[in-house]
Amino acid sequence: MNALAIIGEALVLIGTFFYSLSALGLIRMPDVYNRMQTSTKSATLGSLGVIVGTGLWAVGKGYSPAWIVQTIAVAGFLLLTNPISAHALIRAAYKRGIPLWHGSVVDKYAEYLASKEQVGNAEAPEEVSE
Amino acid sequence: MMGINVYLALIAIATLLSTYRVFRGPTTVDRLVAVDIMTTVTTGLMVLFALYYGRMIYISVALVYALLAFGGVIAFARYLEGGL
Repeated sequence: MNALAIIGEALVLIGTFFYSLSALGLIRMPDVYNRMQTSTKSATLGSLGVIVGTGLWAVGKGYSPAWIVQTIAVAGFLLLTNPISAHALIRAAYKRGIPLWHGSVVDKYAEYLASKEQVGNAEAPEEVSE
Repeated sequence: MMGINVYLALIAIATLLSTYRVFRGPTTVDRLVAVDIMTTVTTGLMVLFALYYGRMIYISVALVYALLAFGGVIAFARYLEGGL
C-alpha cells in the first residue's frame, strides 16, 4: 500500500460521495432547471474523482502506467461532453415551455427574447419608411 | 483502506435515488435528466469494475458507453425540442 494508492482511493471515495450528493439534489430540488443545475455539476466532479482516482489506485497497486492514460482520456471526454448534453436538455425544457419554480427570481433568456422583440419592432417601421 | 464495496454501495444509492426521479418526475425532461445522471454514474461504475477485475480493456468499454450515451441524450433533447 503506497502513497499513490492511498491518494487514488481517497479520490474515489470523494467522487462516489459526490455521486450520491448529485442524486440527492435530483430528489430535493423543486423544478427541472434546479435539478439539472445541481446534479450535472456534482456528477461531473464525481466522475473526475472516480475515474482519475481509479487510475492512480491501479498504478499504486502495481498495474501498468497505461491505466492512468486511459482513465484520463475517459475523464477528459466526460468533462467535455457532460455540459453539452446538460445544455441541450435544458434548452429543450425551455423550448417546451416548462414553467420555472415560483421562487425563481431571474430569467435572463426571457429578458433577452423580449429585448430582441423590441429591437425588431423598432427597426421594422424604419425599414418600411426607407 | 475501506474496500471497493463501500464505493459500489454509494454508487448503488445514487442510482436508486435517480431511479426514483425517473418514475416520479412530473415532466419528460425530468425523467431524461435522471437518465443522464444515471449514465454518468454508470461510466464511473464501469471504470471501477475494470479495477475490480484487473482488466484494462474494460476502460475502453466505459469510453464507448460514454460516447453512445452522449449521442443518445443529444438526440432525445433535439427530439423534445421539436427539431429532429
